[in-house]
Amino acid sequence: MTAIASAIASAVGGRRAALWAAVVFVLLCAASLSVGVAGLSDGAPLELLLVSRLPRTAAAILVGAGLAIAGLVMQILARNRFVDASIAGTEQSAALGILLATAVWPAASVAGKMAVAAAAALAGTALFLVLVRRLPPTEPFLMPLFGIVYGGVIAAGVTFVAWQMDLLQLLETWLNGDLSGILRGRYELLWGVGVMVVLVWWLADALTIASLGRDTGTGLGLDYERMMQVGLVIVSVLAALTVVVVGMVPFVGLIVPNIVSRLRGDNLRGALPWVAAGGAGLTLACDVLGRLLRYPYEVPLGTVLGVVGAAAFLWLVRGGRARG
Amino acid sequence: MIAIDGVSLTLQGTPILHDVSATLPKGELIALIGPNGAGKSSLLSLVARLIPLQSGRITVDGLPVDRTPGRRLARTLTIMRQDTGLAARLTVRELVGFGRFPHSRGRLTDEDRRHIAAALAEFDLTELAGRTLDALSGGQRQRAFVAMAFCQGTDYLLLDEPLNNLDMMYGRQMMRILRHLVDRQGRTVVIVLHDINYAAAYADRIVAMKDGRIIASGPPDAVLTTDGLEAMYGYRMPVHRIGDRLFIPHHD
Repeated sequence: MTAIASAIASAVGGRRAALWAAVVFVLLCAASLSVGVAGLSDGAPLELLLVSRLPRTAAAILVGAGLAIAGLVMQILARNRFVDASIAGTEQSAALGILLATAVWPAASVAGKMAVAAAAALAGTALFLVLVRRLPPTEPFLMPLFGIVYGGVIAAGVTFVAWQMDLLQLLETWLNGDLSGILRGRYELLWGVGVMVVLVWWLADALTIASLGRDTGTGLGLDYERMMQVGLVIVSVLAALTVVVVGMVPFVGLIVPNIVSRLRGDNLRGALPWVAAGGAGLTLACDVLGRLLRYPYEVPLGTVLGVVGAAAFLWLVRGGRARG
Repeated sequence: MIAIDGVSLTLQGTPILHDVSATLPKGELIALIGPNGAGKSSLLSLVARLIPLQSGRITVDGLPVDRTPGRRLARTLTIMRQDTGLAARLTVRELVGFGRFPHSRGRLTDEDRRHIAAALAEFDLTELAGRTLDALSGGQRQRAFVAMAFCQGTDYLLLDEPLNNLDMMYGRQMMRILRHLVDRQGRTVVIVLHDINYAAAYADRIVAMKDGRIIASGPPDAVLTTDGLEAMYGYRMPVHRIGDRLFIPHHD
């Protein structure tokens, strides 16, 4: 697989690669718009497109792009390539936030729950970042291992609270991401992802400099601490938006930035569009796959990505070790 | 001028620097020498505001380092340290280009591009410009990072052991470039060195540290004496004069 990746890297120049990526992306969108239980030829196709298929496709694109960008920022914050919002406990903390908001404040609007989720995600991620400072930097794989345990502990807490509050039936919708419930009127919060992506694009050079390390960044006039705080807010908001609207989606933020780094380098000004498009494409592809696997039934997006992502993660870890 | 006045530093309960005061004049190549743990890197980090100042005052050209906005200071002073960054797949050209960040905030102008080309040429990196950092040897990486500091175009360059990983040829080349920066461009270079013969050959002024204190400061002739070096390193070594050069065989 490493050979395939390097073959792709050498075969694609900038423009041709962008062209091919655009073609694949359009095909994925077309597939997402046409695959489903109801056929586009019967009934009211325009209605079906506008109410269900277009929102679902847009949601997949936004969730994927947002999580990939969140993963990239998370990796800069943690100074480790093998973490993302699903591994560092960010998404689990967001789920805990929604649960608490639902339990304590049942009448809250979606935006209100989203705010609580973002605050919980911020606290959970900040605690993760404080705890991982104790890990030796010479052992990069300790951090994802610790993160999996940390996320697991928070998820267990979520389950316990849900059980106590008799909310277990609701829990699945947050813990396992699923796009089948996306309809017009139920995903619009996700456009907030677009705002975050623009913000990250604006900060691309500063983020690249932050990834060079605290000392080099400070020497270049970057306010490193401020950058870390802004990064933390971006990651938390992106994770909270995703968990509130579709539920937890694993691995996108881990896989996509690592593959893009290998193919397009670490200068974020150039790499960011690829990270966003790659995350969108991967999520879209996995959602379409989930709709086709046991047609006419669906496999949730979180489950498909869990399998696809775990395989890709193992490949990345192997590649990382071979290089190191 | 870098003015250091009454600076003490304690990290995790361990005293690192004790009431250090020094004046480092502008337009000189200044070598910080001393045994491991003397506090050289800590002092450099304090001047470059990488560690917050706990007591005392440090100013660079009159700018107090603890109160001047980082971006403003980054146009007067730069530091190069051993840093383990995450970004390994930046090209040498991109890395050196980030030296222009304090000036252009990422939008490179033609003038920035001239600075980048000059820095690449100066450090013999033009042919490596398209290579990524993870495809470089330790010495090449080292040169790329110093080239980035150079490209920043500041009056003051603080370099923490820039000769690490460099062979004799590039070690000499690095010191000659730094000498050139001081002589032709009037820049000020403060450099942590372990090889006292390099310090003797290239520095205008030597600041000798031990146990968190400055124990001697002045031109090489005055600081690098058999007694002075014994006070620093704990053993006696002969100091020879060959032509107008000091030569110290410290390895018997």
